[in-house]
Amino acid sequence: MPIYEIVFYLFSLVMLTGAVMVITVRNPVYAALSLVLTFFSAAAIWMLLEAEFLAIVLVVVYVGAVMVLFLFVVMMLDINVAPLKEGFIRYLPAGVLVALLMAAELLVVLWSKGRFEAGAYPIQAPNPEGFSNTKAVGEVLFNNYLLAFEVAGVILLVAIIAAVALTLRQRSGGHRQNPSLQVRVRPDERVRLVKMKPEPRQGS
Amino acid sequence: MPETFLDQLIYMFFLVLKIVAIVVPLILTVAYYTYMERKVIGYMQIRRGPNRIGPLGLAQPFADVFKLLLKEIVLPENANKFLFLLAPILSLAPAFAAWAVIPFDDWAILANIDAGVLYILAMSSLGVYGLIIAGWASNSKYAFLGALRSTAQMVSYELAMGFALVGVLILAGSMNLSEIVMAQKGGVFDWFWLPLLPLFGIYVISGLAETNRAPFDVAEGESEIVAGFHVEYAGSGFALFFLAEYANMILISALTALFFTGGWLSPFEGVPFLGDTILAEGSIFWFLAKTVVFMFIFLWVRATFPRYRYDQIMRLGWKVFIPITIVWVMVAAVISVFGLIVRGS
Amino acid sequence: MNSITRYFKSLLLIELGQGLWVTLKYFFRPKFTINYPEEKTPKSNRFRGLHALRRYPNGEERCIACKLCEAVCPALAITIDSTQREDGTRRTTRYEIDLFKCIYCGFCEESCPVDSIVETDVLEYHFEKWGEHIMTKDKLLAIGDRYEESIAENRRQDAAYR
Repeated sequence: MPIYEIVFYLFSLVMLTGAVMVITVRNPVYAALSLVLTFFSAAAIWMLLEAEFLAIVLVVVYVGAVMVLFLFVVMMLDINVAPLKEGFIRYLPAGVLVALLMAAELLVVLWSKGRFEAGAYPIQAPNPEGFSNTKAVGEVLFNNYLLAFEVAGVILLVAIIAAVALTLRQRSGGHRQNPSLQVRVRPDERVRLVKMKPEPRQGS
Repeated sequence: MPETFLDQLIYMFFLVLKIVAIVVPLILTVAYYTYMERKVIGYMQIRRGPNRIGPLGLAQPFADVFKLLLKEIVLPENANKFLFLLAPILSLAPAFAAWAVIPFDDWAILANIDAGVLYILAMSSLGVYGLIIAGWASNSKYAFLGALRSTAQMVSYELAMGFALVGVLILAGSMNLSEIVMAQKGGVFDWFWLPLLPLFGIYVISGLAETNRAPFDVAEGESEIVAGFHVEYAGSGFALFFLAEYANMILISALTALFFTGGWLSPFEGVPFLGDTILAEGSIFWFLAKTVVFMFIFLWVRATFPRYRYDQIMRLGWKVFIPITIVWVMVAAVISVFGLIVRGS
Repeated sequence: MNSITRYFKSLLLIELGQGLWVTLKYFFRPKFTINYPEEKTPKSNRFRGLHALRRYPNGEERCIACKLCEAVCPALAITIDSTQREDGTRRTTRYEIDLFKCIYCGFCEESCPVDSIVETDVLEYHFEKWGEHIMTKDKLLAIGDRYEESIAENRRQDAAYR
């Protein structure tokens, strides 16, 4: 099916270009935007695999929320690139070592199960009409992996609370407004309506 | 799905035709929505609104469009040229793309995908990029402040909106928009607005905030930050932002009609006398009528309320809406589990 | 108790609903707007618009170049040069009003002993070229000739109060 192949190679090309740009571009904002492009192309490729739920969730979570916050930070910080590159040569051997180690680990895992052999990935039959990808994900998640799912949820909750607890500081002496109090205020707390008799004019 | 290359080309050709059939009326609706806005706000302020160009001023939108398109494109000296020109397109594209999954009627839908609701959420979250890139690329204080404000606001209200939709999903038991509509079959009181009343209100209000409309339009707050993220844009760039904003408003109206008031279903279903006539048939006109009602509410609210203060907006989103939605999602779950309403009766 | 009712009032958006109701009522009110070129608001006979120089019924210009208007003009918009005519009367050779300076206060009209300089009720005029805003004596006299009837009528109506 040529059109699918064209679409696949197109998005793969965009994705790889984006991924390379993330680490090569000088401007950090461009780097973050390239990462967005990479995520988006990855989502499109997942879509070709009929994994629409995962694809869209990738867009919602990573593109729609996480990268926006990234961009926020990157745009507001005035990052000077030169000092960051100072130790490049010195740390290069360590970096290469770590990279090689990770690549080796990946290869071991992949080869050990024979995933590069011919026929390891049979072309999947297209899903039957009415097959719901979302429902399938839900069933697996809430039947087979319920405990893992709940644990992941708790870990994320802990992370949220920790993030708040670490960054929350009560500064004294600042001029802060409390919108809740302002909203709750009643007219009789702010205005006193007084009824009085007209007084004779003064001094005449 | 067709097999040969030629078949696929023909298929794609018809796909493009369908897209045109959605986008062209949409653009026309946007044009006349601006006219409607000026008329409605004018009428509420006891004015007449535009009535000079064409009969009743009906040619006014076209005059505006030509004025904007014929203007010079101004590139600020220190702007990031590429991103500056990219931003309007980035904000317009998702606003139009979201229409792909909107079912106008039983048969009238471009892509009947199962994760339709998620797709809509994804597209609306993509719209943020147009704003934030526009604000940054303009290299202007006002634009950047406006972009920061609107992004933070949109990201916050997306949560409340998403939670409001979770209630709908629980009751409908599906993420497919057509199935959500069909789950509301059976007359006005079977539509989801009744069991999900708080979520309905929150969805409409979050919709206002999500599209940066009054009273949540601090992103452009004329009195404080001139025009927000699009200060530096003139002519066609500005026109694209404008188009995106109004397309988003229409989209939110259409979604409210789908999620809470039964899409194309007729309000006369099951009503005595009228229940057997053609009025009780679901049709695209009911969908459009409901959408127009919600579009009117957008303008009505704008004509009525003053602008919120920014910290109050954030408080409303995080401290009021999200707790209410979470509670009502539980209520919806209880309703669904104990079968208190019959799905698609 | 009071705070509870207040809480539910704000939760149910009662006050916002009242606001919406007000705007909805006004939506159907008759509109105040005047469709300007077709409809016009009534003008007072004391309306101060475009300036004019009047003539006596025999065609003689009224202005005697006393320069009271030039002196009283708070915006210094009036410039007058005068000379003696062959018949021995004092007449202006130049009488110019800069309409961009003029603030339409009407002092010139009030100061005029012979009712020569007046302000008509004409308010629809414009200039297309630089320099047209300076009303020369010829132009002012032409305006006076053209609108003499309405000028005289407005003066007659107001005469009792002067």
